[in-house]
Amino acid sequence: MKPELMKRMVKGPDGQEFEVEPLRDYYCEAAPTVMPAAYIKIVEDFFNWARSESIWILGFGTGCGAIEMRPLMTPRFDAYRYGVQWRPTPRQSNLFIISGYLSVKTLKRAIRSYEQMQSPKYVIGLGSCTINGGMYWDSYNTIKRLDDYLPVDLYIAGCMPRPEALLAGFMDMKKIIRAGNAEGANKYAENFDWYKANQKQVIHDWDMPDYNW
Amino acid sequence: MKIPYALLTLFIVVNFGFLQNALIQKIAARVGRRYGIPVWQNYIDLIKNYGQRSSITHGVMFYLGPVFRLSGGVGLLLFVPSIYGSEMFSNFSFAGDLILALYFVFFGTLGMALGAAESGHPHSAIGITRGLSQVTAAELPFALAVFSVALQYQTLSVTDIVAAQQGSILNWTVFTNPLAVAAAMLGFLGSMMRPPFDVVLAPQEIPIGPPTEYHSSYLALMQTNRAIFPVAKMVIYMSLFFGGATSWPVFFLKVFCIYLWSAFVGVVFPRFRVEQSIRWFLIWAVPIGVLSIVLM
Ligand code: SF4
Repeated sequence: MKPELMKRMVKGPDGQEFEVEPLRDYYCEAAPTVMPAAYIKIVEDFFNWARSESIWILGFGTGCGAIEMRPLMTPRFDAYRYGVQWRPTPRQSNLFIISGYLSVKTLKRAIRSYEQMQSPKYVIGLGSCTINGGMYWDSYNTIKRLDDYLPVDLYIAGCMPRPEALLAGFMDMKKIIRAGNAEGANKYAENFDWYKANQKQVIHDWDMPDYNW
Repeated sequence: MKIPYALLTLFIVVNFGFLQNALIQKIAARVGRRYGIPVWQNYIDLIKNYGQRSSITHGVMFYLGPVFRLSGGVGLLLFVPSIYGSEMFSNFSFAGDLILALYFVFFGTLGMALGAAESGHPHSAIGITRGLSQVTAAELPFALAVFSVALQYQTLSVTDIVAAQQGSILNWTVFTNPLAVAAAMLGFLGSMMRPPFDVVLAPQEIPIGPPTEYHSSYLALMQTNRAIFPVAKMVIYMSLFFGGATSWPVFFLKVFCIYLWSAFVGVVFPRFRVEQSIRWFLIWAVPIGVLSIVLM
């Protein structure tokens, strides 16, 4: 564990000594809870419609795939037409696109970002690397099946899928959300121990709390 | 009887604000040869954000930040008459409302600063420092212009200032006191959060500035304010400088044209850094404002 995350005594500017335990003080360690649909069906359907028409993507690029997301913001493909927008902070995003191979180092960041997103949240695996490792199938430093670490709602296969494929993926994602089947966040909360065990198996320098909302 | 009418004003302005924001975004997108978001997108985003299942808080001030911001926008709107000569839409205006309006312009920003600071995110803190310094620099020429206009008409009541501009288009402050209007319109660019002065809130800069940690219904409150506040601010500009509005169609047209000014500048010029924009306001806008007072 990094020294700055250790429990230690700190001297304040006024000379007072107090104890700091970063993992306790800076994070909330409460495990995620299952959050079922809270409203009657017709309201929930309405919200699902709104969720599907307003997809905010976390601007987080891993692997080769990030390069294929940029054309979607430009005149050629213009995903904004379909209510798809990019947000720079995980707090405000609903959709996390893992755009290609995920090295173990990046996985750690991906997990933290995913956990900071507010439910309901969705994950799209982009490219064959997220399905079975793709051409990195024998790499020592990338994960093979994304689904073991984060609950994936949809895969877009290819190496590399074109932006058109991504647009088609968004349309499929909308259908899943509207049907009320995009419950990845709840799946994650239900099988929390299993996901954590998998994650800890590959991440050896685990220096963060188990769940950092 | 005033309260239902004030609520009606609020309702009209909220919807107008949402549609106008989307339209301006669409215009900016068309300049970049995109189609941009649908005009109703802002409504869907709002519903989506209210419909998020989870939200977390960082403390009391974190809650109050968006609330302060919203009350700043609503207050600004409700203490200035929207439609001149209409008993229905004169809202809660009174003799000294101009000073109160100036106060409300800042109120939301300060509340936001406190709220965002409590979130503890370093990007929020950076965003606040940048935002407060830029907004302060941008409000300076506006405040000078307001004093100049108040001196010109010898009153601090928005209604009286609008009344003095009636009759002919040549009675508008734009023609009777062009320097003050020029200073205020330059300052206006800085407070609309459009390029070249949008470094504070621009995504992909320091991620999105003060609202970095805001989400779900907190964010939805702030989005609502994003619809109200610019309109409220432009109502003041319209009343002080462009003859006010005597009916809703005139209101919509004038407010839209004033907004278009910042959008027009925004699509033409690239983004400034904060210290560049402060320097720009101090060098180009503030002297004009001082001059307008001196010549008054
Ligand atoms: S699927 Fe192909 S293009 Fe995508 S990250 Fe893997 S190797 Fe790169």
